[in-house]
Amino acid sequence: MNSAKLLLLTAYLLTGLTVSARTITVCNSCEIRTIKEGIALASDFDTLLIKKGTYNEYDILIDKPLTLLGEGYPKIDGQRKGEIIRVTADNVTLDGLFLVNVGTSYTRDYAAVRIVKSKNFLIKNLVLEKLFFGIYLEKSSHGQVLYNRIIGDAVNEHSSGNGIQLWYSQNVVIEDNYITHVRDGIYLEFANNCSIKRNTSTNNLRYGLHFMFSNDDLYEENVFENNGAGVAVMFSKRIKMLNNTFKKNWGTASYGLLLKEINDAEIVGNNFEKNTIGISIEGSNRVTYRKNDFNNNGWAIKVRGACYTNNFIKNNFLHNSFDVSYNSKINDNQFDQNYWSKYTGYDLDKDGIGDVPYRPVKLFSYVVNRTPETIILMRSLFIDIIDFSEKVSPVFTPDNLLDPHPLMKRNR
Amino acid sequence: MLKILKYSFYDLVRSRWSYVYLLFYLLLGIVLLFLNNDLSKAVITLMNVIIVLVPLIGTIFGVMYYYSSKEFTELLLAQPIRRSSIFLGQYLGVALSLSMSLIIGLGLPFIFYGLLRSDAIWDFSLLLVTGIFLTLIFTALAFNIALYHENKIKGFSYAILLWLFMAVIYDGLFLMSLIIFEAYPLDTFSLGATMLNPIDLSRILILLKLDISALLGYTGAVFQKFFGTAWGLVLSFSALAIWFLLPTYNIYRKSKRKDF
Amino acid sequence: MIAIKDLHKRFGKNQVLKGIDLDIGKGGIFAVLGPNGSGKTTLIKCILGMVIPNSGDILVDNSAVRNNWKYRRQIDYLPQIANFPGNLTVAELIRMIKNLRGQQGNDAPLVEAFHLEPFLDKRLGNLSGGTKQKVNLVLAFMFNSPLIILDEPTAGLDPVAMLYLKELIHKEREKGKTILITSHIMGFVEEVAEEIVFLLEGRVYFKGNIAALMEKTQQNDFQHAIATLLKENNA
Repeated sequence: MNSAKLLLLTAYLLTGLTVSARTITVCNSCEIRTIKEGIALASDFDTLLIKKGTYNEYDILIDKPLTLLGEGYPKIDGQRKGEIIRVTADNVTLDGLFLVNVGTSYTRDYAAVRIVKSKNFLIKNLVLEKLFFGIYLEKSSHGQVLYNRIIGDAVNEHSSGNGIQLWYSQNVVIEDNYITHVRDGIYLEFANNCSIKRNTSTNNLRYGLHFMFSNDDLYEENVFENNGAGVAVMFSKRIKMLNNTFKKNWGTASYGLLLKEINDAEIVGNNFEKNTIGISIEGSNRVTYRKNDFNNNGWAIKVRGACYTNNFIKNNFLHNSFDVSYNSKINDNQFDQNYWSKYTGYDLDKDGIGDVPYRPVKLFSYVVNRTPETIILMRSLFIDIIDFSEKVSPVFTPDNLLDPHPLMKRNR
Repeated sequence: MLKILKYSFYDLVRSRWSYVYLLFYLLLGIVLLFLNNDLSKAVITLMNVIIVLVPLIGTIFGVMYYYSSKEFTELLLAQPIRRSSIFLGQYLGVALSLSMSLIIGLGLPFIFYGLLRSDAIWDFSLLLVTGIFLTLIFTALAFNIALYHENKIKGFSYAILLWLFMAVIYDGLFLMSLIIFEAYPLDTFSLGATMLNPIDLSRILILLKLDISALLGYTGAVFQKFFGTAWGLVLSFSALAIWFLLPTYNIYRKSKRKDF
Repeated sequence: MIAIKDLHKRFGKNQVLKGIDLDIGKGGIFAVLGPNGSGKTTLIKCILGMVIPNSGDILVDNSAVRNNWKYRRQIDYLPQIANFPGNLTVAELIRMIKNLRGQQGNDAPLVEAFHLEPFLDKRLGNLSGGTKQKVNLVLAFMFNSPLIILDEPTAGLDPVAMLYLKELIHKEREKGKTILITSHIMGFVEEVAEEIVFLLEGRVYFKGNIAALMEKTQQNDFQHAIATLLKENNA
């Protein structure tokens, strides 16, 4: 008893709130039966305790700093009529709610939760189902989105929304969310200095994670599996991509990671496994690729267009159908000390580095770029022969594209 | 037929060449597994060996066995035995003894390595099944060639040429036609062309296992269906079965009409 | 035993048999002779069903040869070149042929007579030509078939084995069997044959016993008689 009181007191002191903060209980059989009523009655920094039950409400506007705390996952049913919760005040916390049936519209992006021009929000432990957009952060900053489960039922791209969308939002932390069956799992547009960690984004129609015009973001230890494509990073600068898993992103022009017009990024310690293309790179410069694993992909790295001063160092290329593919003869990228499972050279001085350089670009990958049907001839003796002759004297592939120090054993 | 099969089989099982063949596979398996310790890499190298070497050995052994046992065949022909039984029996004897060498030679090292507890067992079994199919097909083709050519040198040359054509030249022509006609939709053509060459067929079966990620990147609807569903597997195996049945039937047909 | 009617066989452009009519009765030793390329071997192979004639009929013991294989149970055949699977031993080969024919063979006395016991466990690939021919003879004589066809039976035999072979042929003859022989050794033919069938350019040029042949050629020596037949042909 005493210790509980003490805890409460400390909490009050720590948050520095006025002692007058109250808890208002909302339930189906209480005096206050709707959330809207509760909000109307509440004053700043109050907590609305929402008990288990079903609340058929939509367009709930939170315009003062409140905490909405669900008990036993109360279900707030938007009946497909519109947005469910809209937040326009700073310091709002949403915790433990079950939001379903967001309205679908072709003219307005209805979201289960929309935060507009607000700061210091905390959205956690929400479960969202049957949604259009999930959590939409609009011109908001310094907030957190944690431990949410967003389960959509998207069928086609134009009539579906994104799981978590950031638009002109800065300094947001997105962690430990699970997002599935929406258009883009997480979408960032003009969102800077965000941190995205330990999320799982699978079975989404378009991308697991999508950056547009967003700079200085970090994403780490996320899993992107079986999406239309894993992660697309476009027109963005200084993005850090660390220790993520990109898996089974299969299909025409599908990839684990797409880099388009990306400069100064860092891609370290990621695992690309069984994607049609591991990383597809267009017009990206000064990107460092280090200690990534490329395992059983169709193409580990596909370079299109001009890409300059990129460094590929100490990566593992394991059993990919094609390790590196280029569509031009120009190369200004550096490959060094990678492990290539296809390397057949020797290491006479036993320093762990192969004595013969490795050429990761095969003539056949050039042929397949030109005439895709030829892929059916992969691994035939004839292809081996032409690849070998190209290896001996490169004609079609960049002759300076080689790893001068291929490793004999994979990097761990 | 079974009697002939049995005798041909025993005869071959005791021949020096069977041992050489068996030993070669044993050695290959051991080298692949114990010198580089990477099972999936070993499976890929094995695939290359199987789709190139197995047809070669099958053709050469087939032709060789036919010619070297010619006099004995004549002795058999004078016995009260059905003609087709003699040739089908001999053919299956050769094909089975070659398949045995393949299975034992590659199987033993892989079992010792701990294949049975590994995920690669399906890839490996697929390899062996295709290897057996290729042995059956190319031995049958070799017997056909030999049945049509009394001249040993001619028969051998045709057999080698057949192998060279199927293993290398065919794919070269195939690639060229794909590049020349690249403006047209080619997926039906390329799948069709694949079905017409048992080596390509076996290769596709293995690609379906090893390179599915890349294959699924191709746009054509026909490819998508072929590679993305069980269709590819079913179709390829049926085509291989036809490739086995047709030459075998022709051995039966030709052997009934031939003069000795 | 054998009835051949209007038998034709062509290999490509080469017409080898040009209408052979031949009746070979039950019992007797028949020598099929003729110059090289006269169609001896082709005729024998037709009887055995190894060569399929273009036209004409062959009946062996009243059953047609065409598309049939069961009639070969009535025939023992000694092929010209004895070449066996090199990896089998002699004993295995004998066992195998017995197994294939599904008949009991009486091989033991033959093996003994040809002194083959020391070779029984040897591989056929390691045997000399003469020894192989002896094995060949064992295979041909070990079954008790009513028709025996011997293609060049004397090839590579030493005099002792030759002697035994003649003895064997006579013994079989006494059992009432029909024996068909081709040979280039005229001495041997003269010694064993009761009747001569002389083939020339794909036809039966002469059929009859040795006395009739000498009469026809007006020679008193068998070898000369044959030579005369050949000369007549060349002239």
